[in-house]
Amino acid sequence: MNIIQRLTTAVIALGTLLALAGCERGAPFERPPVDSVQSGYRGTGMLQVYNPRILEPQIEQNQPPAALPPASSEGPKASQVYQNVKVLGDLSVAEFARHMTAITAWVSPNEGCVYCHNPANFAEDSKYTKVVARRMIQMTQHINVDWQQHVSNTGVTCYTCHRGQPVPSKIWFTAPGQNKGADFIGNKNAQNTPDQDSVKGASLPYDHYTEYFKEAKPIRVAGNTALPTGNRASIQQGEYTYGLMMHMSDSLGVNCTYCHNSRNFGDWSQSPPQRTTAWYGIRMVRDLNLDYMEDLTSIFPVGRKGPLGDVAKVNCATCHQGAYKPLYGAKMAKDHPELTTLVQVVAGAGAGGGAGDAQAVKAAADAVAGTKPAPSR
Amino acid sequence: MADYQNLFTTVQATSRHLHDGVPLGPYNSSRDFKPWLFHLLGRLGNAQIGPIYLGRLGLASLFCGLLWFTIIGMNMLASVDWSPIQFVKQLFWLSLDPPSPEYGLSIPPINDGGWFLIAGFFFLASVLLWWARMYTRARELGLGTHIAWAFAAAIWLTVVLGLLRPILMGSWSEAVPYGVFSHLDWTAAFSLRYGNLFYNPFHALSIVFLYGSALLFAMHGATILAVGRYGGEREIEQIVDRGTASERAALFWRWTMGFNATMESVHRWAWWFAVLCPLTGGIGILLTGTVVDNWYLWAVKHGVAPPYPAVYPPQVDPATLIQPR
Repeated sequence: MNIIQRLTTAVIALGTLLALAGCERGAPFERPPVDSVQSGYRGTGMLQVYNPRILEPQIEQNQPPAALPPASSEGPKASQVYQNVKVLGDLSVAEFARHMTAITAWVSPNEGCVYCHNPANFAEDSKYTKVVARRMIQMTQHINVDWQQHVSNTGVTCYTCHRGQPVPSKIWFTAPGQNKGADFIGNKNAQNTPDQDSVKGASLPYDHYTEYFKEAKPIRVAGNTALPTGNRASIQQGEYTYGLMMHMSDSLGVNCTYCHNSRNFGDWSQSPPQRTTAWYGIRMVRDLNLDYMEDLTSIFPVGRKGPLGDVAKVNCATCHQGAYKPLYGAKMAKDHPELTTLVQVVAGAGAGGGAGDAQAVKAAADAVAGTKPAPSR
Repeated sequence: MADYQNLFTTVQATSRHLHDGVPLGPYNSSRDFKPWLFHLLGRLGNAQIGPIYLGRLGLASLFCGLLWFTIIGMNMLASVDWSPIQFVKQLFWLSLDPPSPEYGLSIPPINDGGWFLIAGFFFLASVLLWWARMYTRARELGLGTHIAWAFAAAIWLTVVLGLLRPILMGSWSEAVPYGVFSHLDWTAAFSLRYGNLFYNPFHALSIVFLYGSALLFAMHGATILAVGRYGGEREIEQIVDRGTASERAALFWRWTMGFNATMESVHRWAWWFAVLCPLTGGIGILLTGTVVDNWYLWAVKHGVAPPYPAVYPPQVDPATLIQPR
């Protein structure tokens, strides 16, 4: 080999190494070696692929905070001592204080109590964050009680999503449509755009959140019969479904075969049981967005809303954050029984209350009564 | 300096007198561009570049092809607000997509598939004109029309994907988008929608001929290079006057696998493998959605897909259960 050939070889080798190292950070391509764990019948490709270099820091990031020591349930109730306690009034004062300490650590550790409360009058609802927080506590109870098909008895707490931040890091808004000008040329078809986190950089349709996590568009596109019997799902629909699946895969840090047998994605009889859990998860997310988040649209200030003025909404990543079970299945909720029971809201309990209170009360009462008709869309 | 020369050595046998080729009969255009020698290309093929026969078919084909290319490019450029930098940066994501499903086979708005149909029309015209050019040029040179028919096999697959199947399905939206990533997404979504294309036997045949073509190409190329030292690269001469090169090549394959193609038949093997790849693939695509809706279930029905032992607790489609809410 002459010197030029050697140099060329060295440059190519170095370039390849750099490219691989760069890919590690960019996520779609991962440097080998990776570990694979068989999860199905041998030889069928039913396995999970894990990259230990990605997994290790992620496991550290997804550890629950230490539980506070339990509080005594003796003594007067919070609703007897404090005013305007609508959801957690049945707790003892000690339990109530423990919950408030916990929620501050979970949601606003830097901002403290005043993130939600007016320091001059803790009872009043003048801050929108307090109205939202109350509704979110109800939502947490609703998840733990009514969605055990998804969260099982592990349950969720505020920390599952918030992780010490006032706004959870993984939320979504409806994507604004493309400015098509005179609508003559250059239609992106709501896809074909790089850097779209919802489809992990693919050119797939990127607003599948709105399709599936707000509107209940059909996700299933594959036919149930060998020969055509009227399934008119389009390939475009297939691409939307594909986008949703990319989001789920990325949010849980798993590949397709975690939930599906890839020989026939639609067949339930060959699917791993995780698929059933995920099916309920999609319905749960939709339920939370419609019955909890959307109702808070008028409560949130403009700065907290999306480009189309819609409220922040949840998706799989909001809780999962890259883990197949949020916080890798840590049972935080068992230390907070106040979040695992559904509480009837006493309308007009206590005095005080600020602007926007009436609306929040109405929304809460509607949701608890379960009489609210499905929003027409 | 090599001491033995055959046609595969890097010595370039060129002439001072560059030639235009055989004289052309009536109804032919003149040939364009003065030929010249290009040494580096001479290392890969013939050093003489040009002249080109353009002709009416060639010009018409280039015109249509250029329109097709420009329509796609302009749509992509417009989709990034006419920014050349963004055009380059996002190029692999950009796409000209077929009409939305709701338009069926009707004429869609210009910016929702209209451009796609116009581009598709010019693409088809361009390719068919080029095919006619391949055919007439071969005839003019006194050749057989094997090349044109091999090209026709590729056109068949293209026409199935972009024209015949969408018409049979009653929707232009079934066509393949013009874009780097978008056509790959189409491929994945197509397989998912129609129950896993790997169970489509014509897809399997197409892959057989695709890989088979590569294998045959490698075997044939290697064989001829290996017997080049005996003049084996002069394949045509070896067909009519078989020499030791041909004998040794034949012996090699008979010894190693019991059967050998001949100097002549190996080219038929290669031609048919290459042609059957898009031919069978096109049949597989044409049957998808029109005749078969779920290839996996089709394969189960016909005993192609084997059952595996159940390893998971039986799952019931939750949509079939009465939900508490």
